[in-house]
Amino acid sequence: MKNKIRPLVAALALTPLLATAALPQYAPVTDIRLANPEPQNWLSYRGNYASWGYSSLKQINTQNVAKLKLAWAYSTGMTEGHQSPPIVNNGYMYITTPNNQVIAFEAATGKELWRYKKTIPEELQQLHPTNRGVALYGNKLYLATTDATLVALDAVTGKELWKTAVADWKKGYYMTLAPLAAKGKIMVGSSGGEYGIRGFVAAFDAETGKEAWRTHTVAGPGEPGGDTWPADTYKRGGGSVWITGSYDPDTNLAYWGVGNAGPWMPDTRAGDNLYANSTIALDVDTGKLKGYHQYHWNDGWDWDEVSAPLLIDVERNGKKIKSLVHAGRNGYLWLLERTNSKINFVDAWPYVTQNVFKSIDPKTGRPTYDPARTPGTGKTVNFCPSLWGGKDWPPEAYNPGTGLLYIPANNNLCSELTGEPAKYNAGELYIGVSIDNILTNVRMDDKARKHVGEVQAWDIKTGKKVWTHTYPEMNWGPLLTTGGNLVFGGGTNDRKFRAFDATNGKLLWEFPTNSGVTGVPSTFEIDGEQFVAVQSGWGVDAQRMQGAFDAVLPHKTVVPQGGVLMVFKLEQ
Amino acid sequence: MKTDSSCCNCSKPKDPGRRSALKICTGALLGLAAASAHRTHAGEISDARPEIGDFLVRTDAEGGTQPLTISDLAVGDKPILAFPLEPASGAIKSGSRLNKVIVFRVQPEEIDEDMRRNSVEGIVAYSAVCTHQGCDITNYVPKDNALICFCHFSQFKPTHGGEVIGGPAPRRLPVLPLKAENGRLVVAGKFSSKPGATAG
Ligand code: FES
Repeated sequence: MKNKIRPLVAALALTPLLATAALPQYAPVTDIRLANPEPQNWLSYRGNYASWGYSSLKQINTQNVAKLKLAWAYSTGMTEGHQSPPIVNNGYMYITTPNNQVIAFEAATGKELWRYKKTIPEELQQLHPTNRGVALYGNKLYLATTDATLVALDAVTGKELWKTAVADWKKGYYMTLAPLAAKGKIMVGSSGGEYGIRGFVAAFDAETGKEAWRTHTVAGPGEPGGDTWPADTYKRGGGSVWITGSYDPDTNLAYWGVGNAGPWMPDTRAGDNLYANSTIALDVDTGKLKGYHQYHWNDGWDWDEVSAPLLIDVERNGKKIKSLVHAGRNGYLWLLERTNSKINFVDAWPYVTQNVFKSIDPKTGRPTYDPARTPGTGKTVNFCPSLWGGKDWPPEAYNPGTGLLYIPANNNLCSELTGEPAKYNAGELYIGVSIDNILTNVRMDDKARKHVGEVQAWDIKTGKKVWTHTYPEMNWGPLLTTGGNLVFGGGTNDRKFRAFDATNGKLLWEFPTNSGVTGVPSTFEIDGEQFVAVQSGWGVDAQRMQGAFDAVLPHKTVVPQGGVLMVFKLEQ
Repeated sequence: MKTDSSCCNCSKPKDPGRRSALKICTGALLGLAAASAHRTHAGEISDARPEIGDFLVRTDAEGGTQPLTISDLAVGDKPILAFPLEPASGAIKSGSRLNKVIVFRVQPEEIDEDMRRNSVEGIVAYSAVCTHQGCDITNYVPKDNALICFCHFSQFKPTHGGEVIGGPAPRRLPVLPLKAENGRLVVAGKFSSKPGATAG
């Protein structure tokens, strides 16, 4: 990293420098640190490459979490979904907000260091006005934007160093994920499945922004899997990448979740439609596909399998497995085995009400479907879970102390969809279900009216559910689990952020925030003091689901908008 | 793959009607190809907002560049998405998606007095770009008398000047006033407010 500061820049930087006098010199983020993150820091989207959402910090624990108090808060001035984790490196904290902004803080005090606002094209449409966080690497920070640009900033000054156009936003490509940094590369994927994009994961040189490789998530002619798309449907086949991949440094493979195929009606693209609704393993050096598992073929339910699997070593039936664990939007909990050359199916079982799969092949994991519950053009079907699935993008968490996997689930909820023909126009919606149908898709029986949202804890060794906490309506809360034997999460329309006992699910603490919490929580330590941080700011899919609930329920729920970053610590 | 984002700003808000020299990026050029490629400053027209006297043409190829007429629209039909067309040059103003309008017909007696002045025999035209986060508005649901935006379900009342009746949109949908000349639909005034997403 060259640190040539010209006089003008130095003068401009004077005030922030004084303000940050308490901060140590910025510690470059290396591959070694990312592979073994220090407990006091939260260096990446899920805290580690295995996507656990776990910290071994235990100063805040089941005994004292009731004394958790707000240490500082910061109003972002933005509405919409605030979903990014506060990412912390030795006292420097970074959050992103909707509309492609990054704010840097002194993590202990909340002092603002700098703020970056990406210029947004006037003509841009933002179906998902959100951002899920930055990646740190070297002395730089990386942001993927809704106008499909990858931006590199100086992590200390916030100065823009380079930006690279990743795809054409006018054709409906956009990015909301936190990039994945490894081995000198910054990896991102694109959303836009609803606009008829062809999804991909791409890697860029961390230093220069130059593209290193690009691998499509929708196989084209001549590529393995290319024959699972009729005619030229692959060109508009969707396969969005919404969420940061997991990474196994031992095999140099990154695991990405791939969204649904587009348009929604499966009869418009007869075939398995690889690699939609799959997890794919990509070699980080070359982008080469090294394995995949398709959770369900020829999707018709909008069940994007967006979140990346968690890398967990589990013992099952006396055998040690290097596994991939994924709570599917399709309502099944998947246990797969990862090797350096392929992905093997191990087991899968429903974790919410699911009435579409009639069976799962015990060898391959391939499901068979109930045709009466499979959507089609000109056909109306009812199916569970709803189009938002058993779990949407909000990440699960894994605690190696309890050995439990925690899932932010939506149970009991079903959808009704009527397929109609879809016509492709670049940059325009390409779905095949009418908008008013989507608005009123939710179907609720007595069970759903009693409760939908859940936090579930599963012992993946035994395949047994250990505890469930239920909410009357939805749960859109990403989870954090800690060495203090705690699980943190929000996600409900009553604006609360909560802490549970990780062993038994007992609710130990809750805090009514300004808005609904759909942010990814993180934890860190500074000068021996542990903090828990989360953004509260309702919007995007949670708000959309609320709209759909309001359309069918006798009451309406107003969740106020406006983003606030909240940082908690124990009362002295 | 590096890009200068200034290209993305080529369609910055302009005073409607002002014809300043503009940088033209690919997006703007694409829309032009179908219209009048021979014009030196065609890009300016393609990007310029609708003006009094402009005709309306369908955004898709099906209708060709035939200006819309009153008889193209019947009550109960799906809305038509259209771009303005400058009659003098024949240029379609499709360079900016902020020029996209949604046109459809309702029963004239449902329309309030203010809006009636901007409509023709029950035909109304609005900006097809949601004032929330800028998504396309393509759907009219007659039973709710609502234009609905897919992105976050904002709803607007087209018989009442596009007022917000649901969802997160912070302001009404811009009206494009219409009149009729020889059965053709003709733009009778500028957008009632700036089309596009509302900053903040
Ligand atoms: S962009 Fe239309 S409701 Fe959000």
